Amino acid sequence: MKTLVWVEHDNSELKDATLSVVTAAAKLGEVHLLVAGSGCSGVADQAAKIAGVGKVHLADDAAYEHALAENVAPLIADLMGHHDAVLFPATTTGKNIAPRVAALLDVMQISDILSVEGGKVFTRPIYAGNAIATVESSDAKLVITVRGTAFDKAEPAGGSAAVEAVSGPGDAGLSSFVGSEIAESERPELTSAKIIVSGGRALKDAETFEQFITPLADKLGAGIGASRAAVDAGYVPNDYQVGQTGKIVAPEVYIAIGISGAIQHLAGMKDSKTIIAINKDEDAPIFQVADIGLVADLYKAVPELTEKL
Amino acid sequence: MKILVPVKRVIDYNVKPRVKADGSGIDLQNVKMSMNPFDEIAVEEAIRIKEAGKAEEIIAVSVGPAKAQETLRTALAMGADRAILVEVEDGVDVEPLAVAKILKAIADEESPGIVMLGKQSISDDSNQTGQMLAALMGRPQGTFANTVEVEADSVTVKREIDGGLETVKLTLPAIVTTDLRLNEPRYASLPNIMKAKKKPLDTKTPADFGVDIAPRLTTTNVSEPPVRQAGEKVADVDALVAKLKAMGVA
Ligand SMILES: Cc1cc2nc3c(=O)[nH]c(=O)nc-3n(C[C@H](O)[C@H](O)[C@H](O)COP(=O)(O)OP(=O)(O)OC[C@H]3O[C@@H](n4cnc5c(N)ncnc54)[C@H](O)[C@@H]3O)c2cc1C
Ligand SMILES: Cc1cc2nc3c(=O)[nH]c(=O)nc-3n(C[C@H](O)[C@H](O)[C@H](O)COP(=O)(O)OP(=O)(O)OC[C@H]3O[C@@H](n4cnc5c(N)ncnc54)[C@H](O)[C@@H]3O)c2cc1C
Repeated sequence: MKTLVWVEHDNSELKDATLSVVTAAAKLGEVHLLVAGSGCSGVADQAAKIAGVGKVHLADDAAYEHALAENVAPLIADLMGHHDAVLFPATTTGKNIAPRVAALLDVMQISDILSVEGGKVFTRPIYAGNAIATVESSDAKLVITVRGTAFDKAEPAGGSAAVEAVSGPGDAGLSSFVGSEIAESERPELTSAKIIVSGGRALKDAETFEQFITPLADKLGAGIGASRAAVDAGYVPNDYQVGQTGKIVAPEVYIAIGISGAIQHLAGMKDSKTIIAINKDEDAPIFQVADIGLVADLYKAVPELTEKL
Repeated sequence: MKILVPVKRVIDYNVKPRVKADGSGIDLQNVKMSMNPFDEIAVEEAIRIKEAGKAEEIIAVSVGPAKAQETLRTALAMGADRAILVEVEDGVDVEPLAVAKILKAIADEESPGIVMLGKQSISDDSNQTGQMLAALMGRPQGTFANTVEVEADSVTVKREIDGGLETVKLTLPAIVTTDLRLNEPRYASLPNIMKAKKKPLDTKTPADFGVDIAPRLTTTNVSEPPVRQAGEKVADVDALVAKLKAMGVA
């Protein structure tokens, strides 16, 4: 099988999320990559070095700068004339584009795969990860999104694939990019952080969240996450949300502070290696999944913990 | 302008789904079902656009069993004007691609300016239908909407993305899918629930639209994920620090 992997990038850096997808694709067959963007040849060079990659397709065009689905989906659909499967990371970019490609090809997408069980057989979580379904596709071409935490990352170095320029239909004239608000942060990205400190509704407001969660995260060199309740209440921006409808994370250590453990939250973090919970309610559901629990008032426990580490 | 709002009947988000012992699926017998929460947000947004004088009519559509009428009545009670049920037999799963084809056929008849969907259903978590519909209609898509602003011939959508927020401008007609923070859906009042019973609700079948709903994916097994065991509780912060140190974290 010949596979095509969507490379996630910001026109200058290749994003880590790509590497797990390469591992998944390699289980299906030969791996080709697609770098679509504008002024992104540097990304193609990085992509060519990923171990196990056969070829890199580079589509460099102003129309692809912001990965607008209306523009890139036809490009990918064209490339699928020579590929049997296309795989995307299950990031917001991948989730936005993949179904559009699937519909253009008249195939049913397989979302968020956890494993490759055979040429057309995969497992995927349903009902917020409360069940794992094994699904088999009957379509001629496969369109897949990959859950990053379920696959090891391919080696970013060691490969020497050829880079080949490709072109597509360009600007579909349906949509335009207006702007973005991307928080610059020195902190590790949530989906690749080794340690995550996450805060919930108990943190009261943005200042309190910052005052109690940030110093602990700094001490541990950790990423910062939050429950939906904390995001909805405006303590932290939307991209901090961990859960069924936010980010799926699986760090070495996940520290949940003042988070009750609703199923939608657990769906996003229950594959973490070690879960630590601090909550004042000893019956909070989070303790049912926590490896280490501390029943305590966070306003006393967290500063003490930060100081003693 | 008309707004088309597809709504799906799903297991209530407060219910913990149970896997059937024979591995054939999720046990939905005697389980509370509700409108997919993202679809409530879509209905609410459509109503707000109409209240702002930017739309005339809201049409709710559901593809599902006869009982999905309840979901449509909820949409009507919130403020949708009429509803279309595309009925399938109870227990038949319609995949997003087929749902998108049915919605495309309805959009061809109704010519909505906006189709407002949920970003994902909390049952199958596919996150596909809106994007597929956009492709089939050859129209732009504003997925994971945090803010929606309708202008004369375009809609500006602020989207929730992994790194933060992104704003795109789409020419109408357009497809929008809702994220959690777009709005807080209203509750239907009792008088509106009564009124909703009299609003028009058409029933169709996929065949009426010439859409083949035969699934492309076969689910061969559904199983429980590995269960995490509760660990131990530590007595105080010192004990927690000791554990963290033993793990090499601090
Ligand atoms: C469609 C849908 C999608 C959703 N998606 C997500 C999602 O992706 N992610 C997500 O997280 N949620 C999601 N939710 C929301 C979820 O159902 C819960 O409402 C949410 O996770 C609760 O957040 P919380 O634990 O911070 O708040 P709460 O449930 O209110 O818990 C607060 C906890 O803090 C504890 N506490 C209070 N004060 C203190 C103190 N001083 N010291 C120590 N502990 C204290 C309390 O004992 C309690 O356990 C979704 C819901 C819906 C309907
Ligand atoms: C084991 C198993 C059991 C299942 N059991 C059921 C079941 O009992 N009942 C059931 O309905 N599905 C069931 N499904 C899901 C079903 O097979 C389809 O995959 C699913 O209906 C479509 O995916 P989605 O809703 O996650 O789409 P998404 O793309 O996540 O949905 C996004 C949005 O599209 C719109 N939309 C999607 N579907 C419809 C619809 N039917 N009508 C109107 N608008 C819609 C809504 O606005 C929704 O918010 C089951 C799946 C599996 C694997």
